[in-house]
Amino acid sequence: MPELKAQDRRLRELINEKKQMRDPLMEVLHGAQGIYGYLPQEVLENVAESLHIPLSNVYGVVTFYDFFYLQPRGRHLIRVCTGTSCYAQGASKLLAMLEEELGIKLGETTSDGNFTLSTLMCSGACSLAPVFMIGEEIFGKMAEPGKIRQIIDKFRF
Amino acid sequence: MNFYRLQVLIGIDPSSLQAGAREIENTFQLEIARHKLQDEVNLLETGSLGYFGTGVAIMIYPGQITYVNLKKEDVPEIVTEHFLKGKPVKRLMLGQAFTSGYNFNYRRRIVLENSGLINPENIREYLGRGGYESWEKALLEMKPVQIVDIVKNSGLRGRGGAGFPTGLKWSFTQPLTVPQKYFVINADEGEPGTFKDRLIMEGDPHKLLEGLMISSYAVGATKAYIYIRGEYRLCINRLQKAIDQARELGLLGSNIFGTGFDLDIEIKIGAGAYVCGEETALIESMEGNRGQPRSKPPFPGVKGAWQKPTVVNNVETIANIPSIISHGADWFRSYGTESCPGTKVFTILGDVYMPGLCEVDMGTSLRTLIEEYGGGIRDDKKFKGALLGGAAGVFLSEKLLDVKMDFNSLKEYGAVLGSGAILVMNEDADMVDMLYAVIRFFRHESCGKCIPCSKGTQKLYRIISRIRYGEGSEEDLVSMIRLAQAMNISSFCALGQSLLMPIRSVIDNFRDEFLQKMDKKYKFSREAS
Ligand SMILES: Cc1cc2nc3c(=O)[nH]c(=O)nc-3n(C[C@H](O)[C@H](O)[C@H](O)COP(=O)(O)O)c2cc1C
Ligand code: SF4
Ligand code: FES
Repeated sequence: MPELKAQDRRLRELINEKKQMRDPLMEVLHGAQGIYGYLPQEVLENVAESLHIPLSNVYGVVTFYDFFYLQPRGRHLIRVCTGTSCYAQGASKLLAMLEEELGIKLGETTSDGNFTLSTLMCSGACSLAPVFMIGEEIFGKMAEPGKIRQIIDKFRF
Repeated sequence: MNFYRLQVLIGIDPSSLQAGAREIENTFQLEIARHKLQDEVNLLETGSLGYFGTGVAIMIYPGQITYVNLKKEDVPEIVTEHFLKGKPVKRLMLGQAFTSGYNFNYRRRIVLENSGLINPENIREYLGRGGYESWEKALLEMKPVQIVDIVKNSGLRGRGGAGFPTGLKWSFTQPLTVPQKYFVINADEGEPGTFKDRLIMEGDPHKLLEGLMISSYAVGATKAYIYIRGEYRLCINRLQKAIDQARELGLLGSNIFGTGFDLDIEIKIGAGAYVCGEETALIESMEGNRGQPRSKPPFPGVKGAWQKPTVVNNVETIANIPSIISHGADWFRSYGTESCPGTKVFTILGDVYMPGLCEVDMGTSLRTLIEEYGGGIRDDKKFKGALLGGAAGVFLSEKLLDVKMDFNSLKEYGAVLGSGAILVMNEDADMVDMLYAVIRFFRHESCGKCIPCSKGTQKLYRIISRIRYGEGSEEDLVSMIRLAQAMNISSFCALGQSLLMPIRSVIDNFRDEFLQKMDKKYKFSREAS
């Protein structure tokens, strides 16, 4: 699989680049997830070995932070904000509408592997509540199913 | 340099980008060129202009005329009518959309004085507004201990939540003679409803950098970090750009201004854990570990990152420093109140016309904030309550609308200023449901290090879920408060300790609503998670 090789090469470059830093584990994990989309077992082993950190520590860190994923996700990660501001402005309704639109429940991935539905605790765009994110893009004031469908459709292929 | 007749600033931030800011910017460029106005009209990108929920916004000087909710189709009209003929397009101007008197308060700004006025990605514009003069003054003319004294005299208190006197904090680290000290900016901003630090960094990244340089010099740190949450991509990019520009001009690096002082600034990216905003957990996370708090003492100021003395301050706190150095402590004290000098940046959210942020004098009343800066309660509804400080905050009722918003005045009522988030709720708000959201947040964010908090939040979650489903009883209210009190006394860090505030305040102020829910037994159709 040539694609895998390219990814592995990028991981190597990343590790070499960040090795200079003091305690670069977090930076390397951020970068690795950017390359692979999630953090597969082999990658964690590779990171642990290259940085000379026990694998158990690497796992400890990965499982502590919300941002890191051990399982593959859909191509697009949809995260609904359930922070207090969004909650007060109808985040649960928004979540229900997204579940309906995508035909999946929270935490699941669509069968075509395109979307994973998840939540987050505040995206820092609270004035636009209720908010959801697709990847790193923020969509705010999401109260109507029509508007939601329009956005989702842009991310279907 | 060209002399432009008009300066047009377009606000670029996540929400305006989403509303199509780039396309509109391009359209402006095309239209300006089409009318051959490129030598008369200067189009500049700036950070957020601070008008929220108003789509793409631009501001035009002279006159400070602001257009909001711009569509591509509006651009030709603005260019021909306003730019060419000098007749502002009333229909699109801010203020037409709202009947209430909205107050922008440009006069009394300190940390946001440049936001929305300059291009944050260009250091020259910051220099043009007197930027980095304080850094030069501090490094060339002042001794570290003098800077600490000025900051002490200014009465500046930490804006990250607790309000600890900044100069005092520095005075513990400044005298230590060790080869390495660190300065860390806390830009984790995980409190739901808070995004003031994001806008400070997006709108004027150099202000934070200059403050950080002066602060590092004051305590003797030669290496500084900005710990920033991973979601803040635009901030991270802008800060990195700003650091590179400053380094290029020799404002950072080794032997700065020939004084022999070295300083470098590095960005560290967080990974989505609220507890990492707590300073010792933040340090753990910076060291590449699970972000769980350490015991204090020793305090970070003595033993922090990599066991070296480390001062941790909030973004807003440090963004005040350049102005304090250039204008002095007395000037700073002319803002705010006796015990809490200066300004405060608030984010006003929820059921108001203009959710967004503002910078006002400390001690401004909650009513003024809601009515003047938030534009008042939306849709002719009545005010019911406000949640101050995100999640680890307090619920206030109408009785406290006239309370002064500063650390000390709020304390008198058992409330806290916290991060400066104000979530306004109208008569339709469901307080039981809001408490549910708060407890759910704590349950999710408890780091699991200590039993009172990890078990306590789970237990509280079960109780509030029961009440929310209409199956609670009055004893549940008693046991929630008892449990939160126990957590307050025995939890390892302030996360577990602070859950008592929202629980007690919402039950004290809105008890009837809880009882009503028990009576009616009306059920929720579905769970949020
Ligand atoms: C759970 C928890 C979360 C916190 N989150 C933040 C935060 O996001 N930003 C911040 O500046 N301070 C936060 N703090 C406060 C910091 O521990 C620390 O007091 C602050 O950064 C000190 O800066 P200051 O003195 O300038 O306010 C948090 C505290 C706790 C207990
Ligand atoms: S109080 Fe909560 S967040 Fe703090 S150390 Fe204990 S479990 Fe962790
Ligand atoms: S609470 Fe949803 S973005 Fe802040």
